[in-house]
Amino acid sequence: MSKNDYILKAEGVYKSYRLGAAEVKVLKGVDLAVKHGEFLAIVGASGSGKSTLLHILGALDGPDKGIVRVEGRDLSRLRARQLNEFRNKKVGFVFQFYHLLDELNVLENVFLPAMASRSILGWLMSRRRAKKRAEELLVRLGLGERARHKPYQLSGGERQRVAIGRALMNEPKLLLVDEPTGNLDSATGDGILSIFEELNRAGQTVVMVTHDQRIAQRAGRIITLADGKIAH
Amino acid sequence: MYKVILSFRYLFKRRISYLAFLSVALCVFIVVVVMTVMRGLVTDFRQKNHSFVGDCVVGTESLVGFAYYEDFMRLLDAEGFVEGVSPVIKSYALVTFGDSERSAGVEIMGIEPAKHNRATGFGSTLYYHKGNPAKAFEPGRDANLPGFVAGIDVWLQRDADGRYTHEAAPAQTARTVSCFPLTAKGALAKAGAGVVNTKTFYYSDTSQSGLARVDSSTLYLPFDQAQLLCGMAGPDKRASWLCVKFKPNIKLEAGCEKVASLWRKFAEERRGRELSNLLETVTVQSWKDNRREFIAAMEKEQTMMIVLFALVGVTTVFIIFVVFYMIVSHKSKDIGILKSVGVSNAGVIGLYLGFSFLVGILGSFVGVLGGWVFLLKINGIEDWLFEHFEFQLWDRTIYAIGDIPNQMDLGVLGIIVVSAVIACLAGAFVPSRQAARLRPVEALQVSQL
Repeated sequence: MSKNDYILKAEGVYKSYRLGAAEVKVLKGVDLAVKHGEFLAIVGASGSGKSTLLHILGALDGPDKGIVRVEGRDLSRLRARQLNEFRNKKVGFVFQFYHLLDELNVLENVFLPAMASRSILGWLMSRRRAKKRAEELLVRLGLGERARHKPYQLSGGERQRVAIGRALMNEPKLLLVDEPTGNLDSATGDGILSIFEELNRAGQTVVMVTHDQRIAQRAGRIITLADGKIAH
Repeated sequence: MYKVILSFRYLFKRRISYLAFLSVALCVFIVVVVMTVMRGLVTDFRQKNHSFVGDCVVGTESLVGFAYYEDFMRLLDAEGFVEGVSPVIKSYALVTFGDSERSAGVEIMGIEPAKHNRATGFGSTLYYHKGNPAKAFEPGRDANLPGFVAGIDVWLQRDADGRYTHEAAPAQTARTVSCFPLTAKGALAKAGAGVVNTKTFYYSDTSQSGLARVDSSTLYLPFDQAQLLCGMAGPDKRASWLCVKFKPNIKLEAGCEKVASLWRKFAEERRGRELSNLLETVTVQSWKDNRREFIAAMEKEQTMMIVLFALVGVTTVFIIFVVFYMIVSHKSKDIGILKSVGVSNAGVIGLYLGFSFLVGILGSFVGVLGGWVFLLKINGIEDWLFEHFEFQLWDRTIYAIGDIPNQMDLGVLGIIVVSAVIACLAGAFVPSRQAARLRPVEALQVSQL
């Protein structure tokens, strides 16, 4: 297998936090490789560091030690502007708590990443295309009728689908998903997982963290994070 | 574009934003009203002082006066940049009221009313001779009698509204004026040497210059009579001041400089001649310098007001700071979301600064609008308060103020609005920068929800 087959590689990733006077070592040398088009589930108990790992993989946080490469590029070597561009274009996040902006409606939340990367002029020139893309995503996610609603008017499952739409807006190569069904009932959660499966079948690389083995079973590959390391 | 959309949404959909908005509007309202009134008072006071002495004063504070003033007047009259020159006698006198033994000290100004009106705004201060200042010293009953014009507060008392009640024609009243004639050397002129120091004058008019001190202590007399009473008549005629008015196209500083230059040459040419020592005490001053003593006090008050309102501005910045700190604290989740979709630190700062800019602009707009409406009605409001509660902002029996000035100045408005916006930006900058420095994971922590 060539090294170009891997979209994401993490080598010897360490991360610790200070909790008062004590230092809590969360990640103790994580090695990980994700292939293009793979659906990987990272399973671990609560507090095992799986969300921390996901944040590091998506450049929302940096490791204390170790290297994370996305498509061969070492994230630690990226400048602030390049990191912003990376978060905007290369990776899409789906969070357990949806994290939608209350002041924006559903459609605006979905095309937010497209707006974020453009100047006012750039946005005015490209907004039709962006809106069309956002509307298509909403239709695809079954929210075509909810485009003008505000997040508080939606159910949990609908909010999560809006968050998925936002994550997909800029067609990122990597989708990072953090406990996507943690706040949903099992039927709604099942629907959300089906969306990820469908996306993966269409070629989307998905890395999902969850504490639930049953949910992890929906992924193509499962790895377990225990005691700050990948358990083999 | 997200900055514009979110700024507007934060402003209109968050109650806490209204606090920031209202505090800006209120501060701008107060500053607009107070600065307009204070500036109006100062401007009005400056104009009245300007009108009182003309553009330039060539004169001495010595009660002896200075000689050769007529020669210098002719010299000035021949200059193309001079509109009018008026000689003035300034001194002090005792005025005896009618048949009583009661006397009071006054300042006297001897003037030639027609000339004085060309050099100053004297004509417009008169009541009976407003349209004909040349006849200001003609008492109603006999034009041949020597008249006097009284500073209005010397003669009349204001009512609570600040108005004076004049009779239809000047009352037939006389006053005896006694001066202290001085020789050219400054000694008291000896009686019996053809010296006249007491004379009776007849009331012909009042002058309301709007300058409280002038109006409450000045008696205007015919120039030649005042010159005689002060010992400045005779072969070595003297005057205290020459009030000069420049042609409209002449700038004040340039005109004064020309007069000063002419005076230096004039005095030099008379060096060594009789009474030339009196010329050494003469100064050439612009009206601003001549009236500095009086204007400075008013300007000091204005400066104090500016300092006080600068403190109000600091308070505004602090309020905005607190409000934005609260807003940003409540919005850390949004910051995390924005950063997770690639918004830069500068973008986050730009968002909150844009928001504060909106607060500043809209708050200023409402404050200015409110101030404008209030100022339009301020005199009506004061009248209503006086009618119903006998409340006046300035007691008109004490202060020489007519209507409360309410003319807004666009320049001042501009400064107030720009200051308010800068205050908002300054108040929002620190919390914005703090927000921008948040790591996305910190902002997205569950505890932040």
